[in-house]
Amino acid sequence: MADKLVISTENEAFLARITELSGETITVCDQCGTCSGSCPMIAEMDVTPSQMIRMVQLGQREVLDSKTMWLCASCFACTVRCPRGLDVAKVAEALRQVTLRKAIDRINIRAIPADELAELPQIALVGALRKLTG
Amino acid sequence: MTSEKHNAAQTLEKAGPSKKTRFPYYPGCTLKTTAQNLEASALASAEVLGIELVELPRWNCCGVVSSLADDDLIHHVAPVRNLIRAQEMRAAGVVDGETRLVTLCSMCFNTLKRSNARVKESADDLKTINEFMYLEDDYDGGVDVVHFLEVLRDVGHERISEAVKAPLAGLKVAPYYGCTLLRPKEIGIDDPEAPTIQDDLLRALGAEPVDNPYKKVCCGSYQIVQNRDAVADLAYDILRHARIAGAEAMTTCCPLCAFNLDRSQREIGEKHPDHEPMPVLYITQLMALAFGLPPECMRFDLNYTNPKALLLSTSLAGEEA
Amino acid sequence: MNTSTGIMERIAQSTSSVTTGVDAADIKHWVTIYVMGRAYEVPADLTIMTAMEFAGYRLIRSCGCREGFCGACATVFRREGEYKLQSALACQTKVEDGMYLVQIPFTPAEKAVYDIGQEEYAYSVFNKHYPEVARCVSCNTCTKSCPQDLEVMDYVQAAIKGDFEALTEASFDCIQCGLCAMRCPAEIVQYHVAQLGRRMYGRYGSPTPGHLGERLAELKDGKFDEALDALVSATTEKLEELYAARERESDD
Repeated sequence: MADKLVISTENEAFLARITELSGETITVCDQCGTCSGSCPMIAEMDVTPSQMIRMVQLGQREVLDSKTMWLCASCFACTVRCPRGLDVAKVAEALRQVTLRKAIDRINIRAIPADELAELPQIALVGALRKLTG
Repeated sequence: MTSEKHNAAQTLEKAGPSKKTRFPYYPGCTLKTTAQNLEASALASAEVLGIELVELPRWNCCGVVSSLADDDLIHHVAPVRNLIRAQEMRAAGVVDGETRLVTLCSMCFNTLKRSNARVKESADDLKTINEFMYLEDDYDGGVDVVHFLEVLRDVGHERISEAVKAPLAGLKVAPYYGCTLLRPKEIGIDDPEAPTIQDDLLRALGAEPVDNPYKKVCCGSYQIVQNRDAVADLAYDILRHARIAGAEAMTTCCPLCAFNLDRSQREIGEKHPDHEPMPVLYITQLMALAFGLPPECMRFDLNYTNPKALLLSTSLAGEEA
Repeated sequence: MNTSTGIMERIAQSTSSVTTGVDAADIKHWVTIYVMGRAYEVPADLTIMTAMEFAGYRLIRSCGCREGFCGACATVFRREGEYKLQSALACQTKVEDGMYLVQIPFTPAEKAVYDIGQEEYAYSVFNKHYPEVARCVSCNTCTKSCPQDLEVMDYVQAAIKGDFEALTEASFDCIQCGLCAMRCPAEIVQYHVAQLGRRMYGRYGSPTPGHLGERLAELKDGKFDEALDALVSATTEKLEELYAARERESDD
């Protein structure tokens, strides 16, 4: 017997929240996989960008446990190539914000070795802290 | 776009050889420290072309990378504050009424332009931000954010070639575009799939641009902070494909791309023994070189992979690297 | 005129002339202030600090030099009918009618440990010890919170740019009261960043006073020994004479 996926009101609420935060109509995604094919960070990801979108469409909060949106480099390759005009990068940002807005950081700045920190140009640190800390 | 280009050309024509065209200029933090080579070479090259980039007073960090959440306004405050500085500069008569704000850093360009677009599209958002910054003048939406490469595109191939004193003698260069210069489409300065703006500039300088499919693939950006390994792998691929296509050097216009592609080469070398070091230069450094400017304008000392050997091996010998 | 006989009022009355030298019977102008939500009638000419003491508070925290310099008496308040949060030093600020206030005696903040002699004179020193400074969003809340009217955002930005001189100039009068750090949405401790910057500038950036070195050498050579000996062995009358006749700027 096949597994059954039940879409509950919680699932619907999660989809609604991500839709609101991103401003995107996430249901337009037809799972063509172009975003995944364009993503420079896909080798590190547990869930591909298109799978991430699918999980959001089905309102599965488990997507928040994946590494995918944290590995995103905000390069917009996905966004410019999506044939349905979905801004995939904005969806990734919305998924990050759900966690970051609870004041939960993704990276621990203090854990980075001092000599590595000292070498980083400000642009790298500002960008990382902007996208990965809350 | 066409009328903008026309106006730009007219402005530069009116300027003539003796009078400089002045633009408000936003440096961004990194250009004052590790990317001084980008600033020095760009400012000096601009002077040769009769362009003066006048630094904004009291500018603040733009806060790369642009915030993408629809309800977020606080992260647009920093960019808009800089736009107000440009507005103030224009009002003070310092830049002859110039409405364009020039950036050298691709990421700053993207962040400033995106915030500008946001407040221009939404009068409500602009009002909220203006009211929040009640100690500042209101931003009136009258600034346009441009990248220095756009200004050079308006200057034109001919005028740039005329300024070249030491042509780059067919140096094979892979122009690297990265992301923030090209994407998203509403912000980018060129076709995100087939950009040519750096290629054209390189030709005008006498170099031979080498095309390759990785020229617009992201270098990993801020992932360098927590994922050095992943960035090293990306940089390896980007540099390798440029080398396969025949490039001897790579140019970029972004301090983060420069860091990721340049500095990572020691890690790449450890992980991938077949990696051959490739100099990564700011395109403005090559421009300064071609214009015959003195070494202090180019600051090759700040490049991580030493370009000296490369430049001496070409007929550019005699130019101190 | 205050005529009620509640316990606080009695305490206030009994201590008023002792702590503030102000006798309630002499007061013509009164205002009402609210300390942590409780109303007190206090003389209009007192500072927040002396008004609280008039009201009967014995201050063992948030009280220090009383001269506007130590930063202990950081106070935040709202005016009646206004939503804006104001900041002040209790010892330097006169009370206003309807002032709704609380003191912030302490700001939890960890100061980085560093050896100034071992640090490179570059922006990277901030990356190393206070990387959170890169979270600054230029919202200007710190500047608005500063009771000394310093341009705090500007000096934080100077740190991000690696401009130690500008950082030192802009942060010089900081008394480390902590209000900026408490309100900062990026959770930066501005005054710690500034202190590191000023120390770096003092060590590596500020010009060495050449004349100081010269004078020290002269002292070592004994150039002033005779004059110093004469002063040390002079009588009181002689000292008074020398003092009256000393070289100084004209009073005009």
